[in-house]
Amino acid sequence: MTNLTAWPVLLPLIAGFILILAQTGGIYLRRTISFLAVTGLVLLGCALVSTSLTGQYQVYLLGNWTAPFGIVLVLDRLSALMVLITALLALGALWYAITTDTDNKGTHFHALFQLQLFGLNGAFLTGDVFNLFVFFEVLLLASYGLLLHGNGRLRTKAGLHYVVINLIGSTLFLFAVGALYGILGTLNIADMAARIAVAPADDLGLIAAAGLLLLVVFGVKAAMFPLYLWMPRAYANTSAPVAALFAIMTKVGIYAIIRIHGTIFGSEAGELAQYYAPWVLGLGLLTLLLAALGVMAARGLREQVAYLVLASVATLLIGVGLMTPAALSATLYYMIHSTLIAGAMFLLADIVLRGRGIYEDRFEAAPSMPNAIAIGSAFMFGAIAMTGMPPLSGFFGKVLILSAALDHPWFAGAIFIILSAGLLTILTMARSGSFLFYRTLPENAGLTAAAPGEPLNRMAFAAVITLFFAGPVLVIFAQPITAFTESAGNQLFNSTAYIEAVLSTPAVMEITKR
Amino acid sequence: MEWLVSLAIGVLTATGVYLTLRARTFPVVMGLTLLAYAVNVFLFTMGRLTIGAPAIIDKTAASMQYSDPLPQALVLTAIVIAFGMTAFLIVLALKARGELGNDHVDGLILAREEQAEQLRPTDAPPSAQGSHSPKKEAN
Repeated sequence: MTNLTAWPVLLPLIAGFILILAQTGGIYLRRTISFLAVTGLVLLGCALVSTSLTGQYQVYLLGNWTAPFGIVLVLDRLSALMVLITALLALGALWYAITTDTDNKGTHFHALFQLQLFGLNGAFLTGDVFNLFVFFEVLLLASYGLLLHGNGRLRTKAGLHYVVINLIGSTLFLFAVGALYGILGTLNIADMAARIAVAPADDLGLIAAAGLLLLVVFGVKAAMFPLYLWMPRAYANTSAPVAALFAIMTKVGIYAIIRIHGTIFGSEAGELAQYYAPWVLGLGLLTLLLAALGVMAARGLREQVAYLVLASVATLLIGVGLMTPAALSATLYYMIHSTLIAGAMFLLADIVLRGRGIYEDRFEAAPSMPNAIAIGSAFMFGAIAMTGMPPLSGFFGKVLILSAALDHPWFAGAIFIILSAGLLTILTMARSGSFLFYRTLPENAGLTAAAPGEPLNRMAFAAVITLFFAGPVLVIFAQPITAFTESAGNQLFNSTAYIEAVLSTPAVMEITKR
Repeated sequence: MEWLVSLAIGVLTATGVYLTLRARTFPVVMGLTLLAYAVNVFLFTMGRLTIGAPAIIDKTAASMQYSDPLPQALVLTAIVIAFGMTAFLIVLALKARGELGNDHVDGLILAREEQAEQLRPTDAPPSAQGSHSPKKEAN
């Protein structure tokens, strides 16, 4: 059964290689392979979540080397959940790319897409810090290619910034990993956690510095204040399916903070136990404030959605920074919601952009777009979910995080900032909705005859609607889902069990000998 | 030996940071390369500095001195990744030079066009320029 753990990494890798070889086979062959691989990944994600329900850690020893010496893949509830969310989001983004023909603008879209999933799943499953670095590089290199897919000067400019800041991030990652290895003598996350507990007091300062350096690196990935400036422009200027898939990319940073810092600097770490939590909480609150201002200042819908993603990242950071099992459970619930809904919002922004012709997604009066009622209803639905108004999942997630915040000494500031940022985003989304859908020019004004908007692509719109279904589904099945995220939160807080499970997994040969 | 190596890492890092903060793409690429060199040497020293010791534990030898093989493997991986990334960045910088008309990291010509666009009367809708009119990106 433990072999299942390796498949989410292998399947996209194999599919990616086949896609590179199938380059001459035409776009339909590539679409079929890519679609089948992602569908398989969704099924695999469901299987992983159901195996993780037992609460046992599924440890896969790569090359059959036991834990502190070899690289391990570890599956627990959190990583199973992340793999499933990624697969669902990827399915929606891929369907949109195929139906709008975006994937045909360059030869390697599908190969890059699969390698991106390979890097993401690898990052979610690995139990080794250096291996995490390698998977980060894989997913980043694939994301550079995807970000620049199609053309455009703004895309090149935003892409250059994105690549440079991530290269600096990679360098810092290596400095932090090197320092930790120099002190602790290991790269396995579980082994590191075990050794920090018995580290001599002289080394604690260095370990703390390396840990905060790692936080900076994950902060770049997660777009944490003040390292978020690359993010809105890169997301707003890339093609829609790529932006939708990138909704999970910022969550990789959050995941890495939960996994690495949560395990290494867990409750057993002595003096360093959770010393990073106030940083995460404080910076999360600042990020949320600035994201709300960014949402208000955005001049186009895509930029606005990018800032909404930043706001959701900030909310997740606050949840992580609160550092209780209940807060972590709420964070995971909000993570499912925000990833899927934000992906759908990027796709919807692209549909609006296509419908408005030369006016694109700017907040200006324009002639009414085709099928404005259907698109407008979807927009209202998405805006309600994203801003966290009842009755959809955003509201539930925020309530869970707020109720977890009540036990924290900073609860007054946290609740004030979360609620006022929520109010600002609600007001702004209402304003942009009325700009896009109510304030219309008469039919023959301006240059509409020269460049009319495209009619609604129903097949592509289906992808948006399907992803939006996450909203009601998360509310209707709130009880089983919160039960799952609660047990995942408790599992994450029990780092002793994690350390023991990873370090005590025997190699396969020893089992057959018995 | 330790102070010499740490001095070298420090100089490489400082130079790398300085060059990365430049406004043209070529110094930025050079700076990132120097930073990658610095981190490679740093990783190497994290296995402790040894001279003439094999990377395996020799039980028969009089002294049990050995050099840590793991940082060597890490450095090898890091070198390959940094090499690939630098190649990609150079190609991207060339593409940006071609498309934006200069090698400034923010694409200065683009900014000038936007200024010109903002001086135009605003009541007329902007002319269509493919799917990416530069107007919506003023700052």
